[in-house]
Formats: sequence, C-alpha cells, structure tokens
Amino acid sequence: MTTRRALLISATAVLTLSLAGPIAAHSDEPIPVVATFSILGDMVERIGGEHVAVVTLVGPDGDAHVYQPTPADARAVSEAEVLIVNGLEFEGWINRLIDASDFNGARAVATAGIEPIAFEDDHDDHDDEHGDHHDDDHAEEDDHDDQGDEHAEEDHHDNHGDEQAKDEDHEHHDEEHAEGEHHDDHGNEHAHHDHGAFDPHAWQSLDNAVTYVDNITAALAQSDPDNAATFYQNRASYVAEIEALDAEIHKIIAGLPENRRTVVTSHDAFQYFGHDYQLTFLAPQGLSTESEASAQDVARLIEQMRAEGITAVFVENITDSRLLEQIANETGASIGGTLFPDALSGSDGPAATYLDMMRHNAETLTQALGS
Amino acid sequence: MIWEAVFQPFADFGFMRRALLGCIAISIGATPVGVFLMLRRMSLTGDAMAHAILPGAAVGYLIAGLSLGAMTVGGLIAGMAVALASGFVTRVTALREDASLAAFYLISLALGVLIVSTRGSNVDLMHVLFGTVLALDDAALILLCSITSLSVLILALLFRPLVLECADPQFLRSVSGLSAVTHFTFLALVVLSLVGGFHALGTLMAVGIMILPAAAARFWAASIGGLTVAAVSVAVLSSLIGLLLSYHYSLPSGPAIILVAGIAYGMSVVFGPAGGLVVRALPRRHFET
Repeated sequence: MTTRRALLISATAVLTLSLAGPIAAHSDEPIPVVATFSILGDMVERIGGEHVAVVTLVGPDGDAHVYQPTPADARAVSEAEVLIVNGLEFEGWINRLIDASDFNGARAVATAGIEPIAFEDDHDDHDDEHGDHHDDDHAEEDDHDDQGDEHAEEDHHDNHGDEQAKDEDHEHHDEEHAEGEHHDDHGNEHAHHDHGAFDPHAWQSLDNAVTYVDNITAALAQSDPDNAATFYQNRASYVAEIEALDAEIHKIIAGLPENRRTVVTSHDAFQYFGHDYQLTFLAPQGLSTESEASAQDVARLIEQMRAEGITAVFVENITDSRLLEQIANETGASIGGTLFPDALSGSDGPAATYLDMMRHNAETLTQALGS
Repeated sequence: MIWEAVFQPFADFGFMRRALLGCIAISIGATPVGVFLMLRRMSLTGDAMAHAILPGAAVGYLIAGLSLGAMTVGGLIAGMAVALASGFVTRVTALREDASLAAFYLISLALGVLIVSTRGSNVDLMHVLFGTVLALDDAALILLCSITSLSVLILALLFRPLVLECADPQFLRSVSGLSAVTHFTFLALVVLSLVGGFHALGTLMAVGIMILPAAAARFWAASIGGLTVAAVSVAVLSSLIGLLLSYHYSLPSGPAIILVAGIAYGMSVVFGPAGGLVVRALPRRHFET
C-alpha cells in the first residue's frame, strides 16, 4: 500500500518537475540547501547562517524512517544546490526522491567518516556486548578536521548531473568506511525503510556531531566559496559548543551508579548515545519504527526489566507510546519522560535545536535514573 | 509441557491476557458480522469499509491526538457517511451497490491519504491506525468489549430480517418496511466492528478476522447458527494460536493471527465436510430412484 502510494507521489513529482526549470544562483543570495530531517536542518542553519536558505524535508516531530516525500519536497530538492543527507540508509526514500527530482547539486553525506556501530541481530544482548566493545573503537576518530578538508577538494560543481560519479567519490575517500556507504547503491531497491548493516542514528553521539558539522561545512563552502570563511568561523564556534556540551553530559551522567544505567525506550535509536556515556538502551521494537513488535520481544523485555529491576521507561516524540505504557504498567515502572531520538521538537518545545535536544535527553535520562 | 507452551505465557504476562481478551472480543463481535457479509455476497465490502474509515480516524487523530474516543468517533462518522452515501445512490439511481460503494470508498481513502500527507508524518499515522494487539490498554479493551456486546445485541434483534435479506431480499422488501433499516443497521455494524478491530489489529487485519473465519466456516456448516458457531470458533482458535506463535517464534502478532486464520481457511477448503475438495473428489453415493 505504502509503496504504491509513494510511487504515485513520485510520479506526480516527475510531472511537476518537468515544468520547473533549473534556477540560476547568485553569489549574494542565500544558497538553497535541502536537509533531509530536522536535526540536519538545524546544523545547516547554525553553520550557514544567513548565507543559506534551508528547506527541511521531515520537520520537527516527524519520523524520517517512514516518511513519504511530497511533490513540494521534490521541487525543493530540484532547486537545491546542496543536499545534506544522514546516510547509513536512514532515509530509505531519498534516492527515489533524487531520481524523481533530477537534482543536480552537490550531495553531502553527514555520516561520512564516522565509525558506524553495527546493528545487533538481537537487541536483547545489548548489555552483554556493550561492555566489550565500547572502549576500543572510539579513539580512532581524531580525523575530524582532515575530513572537512578532504571534502573541500572534491569539485562538486564539475560533476553536475552526474550522481553516480559523486557517489563514487564519496566511496573512495572513505574507503575504510566503505560498508557504511553502500546505501547509495542499495537505496533504490528498498521500497520501505529497510535498514542496512549499521545503525544510522549517529547524531546521538556528540563526537559524531563534529563529523556531521565538518561534512556540512565542507559541502557549504564548496558550493559557496565566497562565504567559506564565515562557514568555517561558524563551524569553529559550533564545534566548541558541541564539545562543551559533551563534557557537561559526561559530567552529569558520571554521577549515575553502575546498576542504574539501563533504560527502556520505544525504538533502538540510542546506541551511539549509550556507547558514548556507558548507558544501555533496551527497546521492544526493532531499530526501525516500521517493524511490529512480536509477543516474544515484549515478553523478554518485561522479564529483563523484572530481573534487573529497571524502573525507568521513556517515551519518544516520534513513536506510538501505547505499547511502552503497557509495558510500564505491567512492570510497575514509571514513564520517565519524553526523549527526542530522531527529530527536534517544535520551536517552543524542549528540544528546538540539536544541542537543546541532546541536553534535554541527557537531563531527562539522568533525572529519571538518578531518582 | 502443554502448560508451559500454552498457559504459561498468559499466566506470566498481563499483556498476553489482554491481547487474548481483545481478540476473543473481536472474534465474538465481528465474526458473525462476517458470516452475514459472506451470506450476502458482500465479503469485499468489509475491505472497502476498512479503507473508508481511514479519513475519519485520521481527522480524529489530528484533532485530539492519540485519543481512542476521537479516532473511534471519526472512524464511525466516515464509515457511516460512505455507507449511507453509497446506499443512497444504490437505492435511488441505476448504479449498482458494488460500483457506488467502490466509488465512495475510493473517494474516502483518497481523502484520508490527503489528510495524512498534508500534516506531514507526525508519528506515522498509518502506524497509529495499525494498532498492535500487544498494546491494548484498559480503555481499548472496554471499547472492544462494548462494541462486541452491542454488535451481538443488534444481531439478535435483527436476526430474522437479516436472514430474510440474505435469502430473499425482494420478499423482505415486499412484506416489511424494515428492509432499508436492516440494511443500514447492518452496514453500521460492519463499520463498528471494523473500528473496534483497528484499535487492536489495524484496519487491514480487522477485515481478516472478520472474513477469513466466516469463509472457513462455510465448509463446516450449512445453517446460519452452525456457520456462526464454526466461524467464532475458528476466530478464537486462530487468535490463541497466532498469539502463541508470536510469543514462541517471535513473529509480529497481528499478521500471525490472520495467517493462522488463513491456514484454517485453507484446511477447510481441502478437508471441510460441506463442499470441501476431498469430499467432492470422493465418489458420491448413488440413490436408488
């Protein structure tokens, strides 16, 4: 059903777009940038400031896993000079949208260069595997700054209209992360959000956020060299804020005792967060919000919560909380608050920007776990 | 052994008991409606109506959020509007019932998709509409049981005219003014059962638990009473087995239940004593003339 509807929408999009011509860019006007979801949109705004006009496809409180693009989205993409995507097969629908909108700007993959965490087949093993590998694969991430420069050397403009070449560029300069990049080839075959081998929720780590920021900065500087200096300036102050927040969160979470570091949420989006701050996240649903839980998943989670005395359960802004409320009921746990995994809140909510979101999540977690 | 496999899950986990209770309620309430749908050759109407309630539920969701009441009322209004409009067109114009229902449910479905899409995908609405049987809370259970009670009561009251309408609608129309009332009340029941079902199983699955057991029962009984008993039994057993499969083999519960009902249907087609394949293949007894 969903697929068919999506196809219809894409077909409409193609029709609309054949009428819309390419738009010439002027150097003093803000460059049109499309970000796939609210967190990327916020980052682009921070870095680009007044020199970019950002269109965010999946807005606040929206679920990018199961999003259905509209013709307006296709139009925005076709007019964009820069398209920022998360990658790691987070936006399963983006390749179809790009094909449908004959986008000929530069595409930047925000996760390029991060150390992706693999999906675990059975999320019930979380805590076992967690302890083993959260220390070793972390220190190698000091190539943030080089990343940006490497990006800058690619000439996106000369590749106009040739998506394939651009994708290959990405694959080449990230060879060590090649597995993480294969979404560019596979995306088209997946009608639904059918996740790949790696967890795409990489922005839940502030360390990775620096890579995101570098990738975005490089892409913007590439498309608008006149303002590159401003972008890099904004980047520097943004990165400083990110690092300060990281230190702050480390500090508040460090106070939690060992036996109060397990959290139940409604979808597995916090692997990176847990990895950074030594928390374990359990979830009844799979990694995508689209899969339906089985009775066994729910039963195992309840057993585990009873066995480990887990008392804090968190709902999320983008998912249906009814199942989690039932689980909380059954185990006598209390709902500790709302977490923001994949999307920002509205501008008056508690997570209006990326940094607010990370701070809000950390505070909500520590409050419930510490009480 | 049997205790562990069959009863332990329900003894240990409240959500399993709730899921089972919800399924039994739907089985008792919706399956008899499915039997009448089948007898009136309207089995596909159930599917059409399931799509027709989408815009109502969507509007209810957009207005009041994840509120059981608003989504139920919205679904009822949309479903009834489609049922009444198509019934009206059928009765006063030359267009037949199937065509007019198809027209209205497609309009309704398109409207629903439009409403869902214009609001972006705030908490994927399809997901909300496709509720899961594992997340039934008290309010949802009470709603399901109330709908079932109401449905059984109305079926009891309308039993005779309904049977007549199935067997000989022309006759009913000629001897009683109740024909139209019966028809529309019955459509209301269909909508009500579907709205109840979508809280537990999601719209598509709700149609499954309504139609599949009825179709399977057709191979086991000939009388309406027999059909109803057989259909409800198939539905309850499918729910139980489906839930247990979901528990033991980690399958999503909604599809598991419907697939078990599907298997029951398949077995009935082959082995059913009333016109099943095996019975038909056997040499018939010759009666002396």
